[in-house]
Amino acid sequence: MDRVRDRVVPVITILAVIVVAWYAFAVFMNAPFQRDLDRRAGETPTTMEFIGKTLSQPKPTMPAPHQVAQNFFENTFLRKVTSARSLVYHSWVTLSSTLLGFTFGTALGILIAVGIVHVIALDRSLMPWIIASQTIPILAVAPMIIVVLAAIGITGLIPKALISTYLSFFPVAVGMVKGLRSPDLMHLDLMHTYNASASQTFWKLRVPASVPFLFASMKVAVAASLVGAIVGELPTGAVAGIGAKLLAGSYYSQTIDMWAALVAGSVVAAMLVVLVGIVGKIVERSMGGRPA
Amino acid sequence: MLMTVNQATATRVDQNAVVEARQLGLTFQTNDGPVRALSDVNLTINKGEFVSFIGPSGCGKTTFLRVIADLEQPTEGKISINGMSPEQAREARAYGYVFQAAALFPWRTIESNVGLPLEIIGLPKAEQQERIKRTLDLVNLSGFEKKYPWQLSGGMQQRASIARALAFDADLLLMDEPFGALDEIVRDHLNEQLLRLWRQTNKTICFVTHSIPEAVYLSTRIVVMSPRPGRVTDVIESTLPKERPLDIRESPEFLAIAARVRDGLRAGHSYED
Ligand SMILES: Nc1ncnc2c1ncn2[C@@H]1O[C@H](COP(=O)(O)OP(=O)(O)OP(=O)(O)O)[C@@H](O)[C@H]1O
Ligand SMILES: [Mg+2]
Repeated sequence: MDRVRDRVVPVITILAVIVVAWYAFAVFMNAPFQRDLDRRAGETPTTMEFIGKTLSQPKPTMPAPHQVAQNFFENTFLRKVTSARSLVYHSWVTLSSTLLGFTFGTALGILIAVGIVHVIALDRSLMPWIIASQTIPILAVAPMIIVVLAAIGITGLIPKALISTYLSFFPVAVGMVKGLRSPDLMHLDLMHTYNASASQTFWKLRVPASVPFLFASMKVAVAASLVGAIVGELPTGAVAGIGAKLLAGSYYSQTIDMWAALVAGSVVAAMLVVLVGIVGKIVERSMGGRPA
Repeated sequence: MLMTVNQATATRVDQNAVVEARQLGLTFQTNDGPVRALSDVNLTINKGEFVSFIGPSGCGKTTFLRVIADLEQPTEGKISINGMSPEQAREARAYGYVFQAAALFPWRTIESNVGLPLEIIGLPKAEQQERIKRTLDLVNLSGFEKKYPWQLSGGMQQRASIARALAFDADLLLMDEPFGALDEIVRDHLNEQLLRLWRQTNKTICFVTHSIPEAVYLSTRIVVMSPRPGRVTDVIESTLPKERPLDIRESPEFLAIAARVRDGLRAGHSYED
């Protein structure tokens, strides 16, 4: 019980501070427009009335937390999930390309890592390119990928997933190179004394030793995949997905919608990271990991 | 046919020799210049011997075992194992190696750790099971098959690593301070078990230790080494019988050998000063 309280109290405290600060900021941001409105209407509200109004504008510069929460709640729980206004629907669209891209990215990252660890030539030649690939701003690359693929007739899920792949293979490749090289020298010597083949050393020693590294890097990769999928939706003029929702929101100054979509994106990201973490825990437990 | 047999025996100086080192030397090239870890080591270890290596830290005991095991390459002289080069011997799986630390795989249970070398050499499942059971019995670890290494004490882990080397069942056993980290009681117990095992199986054992009583208690021969560069300064034949109860360690004969070892170690040290 005490442990729960020790964990919950700090989190709640920080949350409360954020919410209060957010409200103050919302009042501050929305006040000029509200003052304008009031002046034109010839109204002179009291301070409390004025604050109330700044927090209930339909298209505020900065929506208040309760506006976002209400919008998020309505569009998540009260709409049919097939409706184009449902955040569940948009999240699902983004999630599916995230997962596809993440799967590709993880597979590609592992493949690259295996190559780097086993082929000296690849170790020298590939790593600089991989690092260079990540220094290119994705926002610049994403439209090109989308346009090029569209030109050859590939649209929809795949281009978005490829951007996710592009962002997610890197942490997995780096993590797995580290993981596959993580066995103790003594364990490697041991395999050497058994005259174990390279593939036996790989499967019986390097792979199991790399599992914790794999899951740690997959946590980073899955979050990056989601960012990739959202970024991939921006230049496509996609009609569905969290990215499309953000874009539409910004066209029509639907700030509350944008923030609600942002919250939906964060929720999906958090769920994905937690899910990868749980799977990682289960796998490590089944490999005899010491319970923490 | 006869020709090949003759040739094979001709390359071997002594039929009984398991390890033969001639003018063996090894210099490590390090960033601070060369380190001579072994120099002019001449040693023949015969089949069925129990040879202990004793000497101050850094005198090259581990390095010598690693040369036998083909984990380090000598830079001078020659060494042969069963008449073969260390590499061929390793490929023929001629030896089992027990490292100073247990070096168990944390993701494997005790039984599957012991079974690791057996999987690698590709034994049938049934024989793997049989050997795992037998060797775990031998080191008193029955009942711990399904446990993971972290669930065992340090001594138990070390016993599991010995079981792993025994399951491999090579005729030559290389042991690098296997009991170094254990308390006196457990150590005594494992010494007894190891000696019993050696008598029963007629293996050849090379055993590194820092403890004079341990060396004298276990060995048929004690090789005393001194550092910088690592050399063999004395080789002491044990006159103790093969059958050795623990209390043989109070006998005058035992103490006399121990005194010789201690003198040998001291001589090696004073050479330095
Ligand atoms: N890989 C290496 N590279 C460079 N020097 C090494 C290497 N391995 C060992 N040495 C050096 O060789 C010498 C002998 O080392 P070794 O490990 O064989 O000593 P040891 O007798 O086993 O000592 P201890 O009793 O402390 O285990 C030491 O001076 C050590 O620093
Ligand atoms: Mg050593």
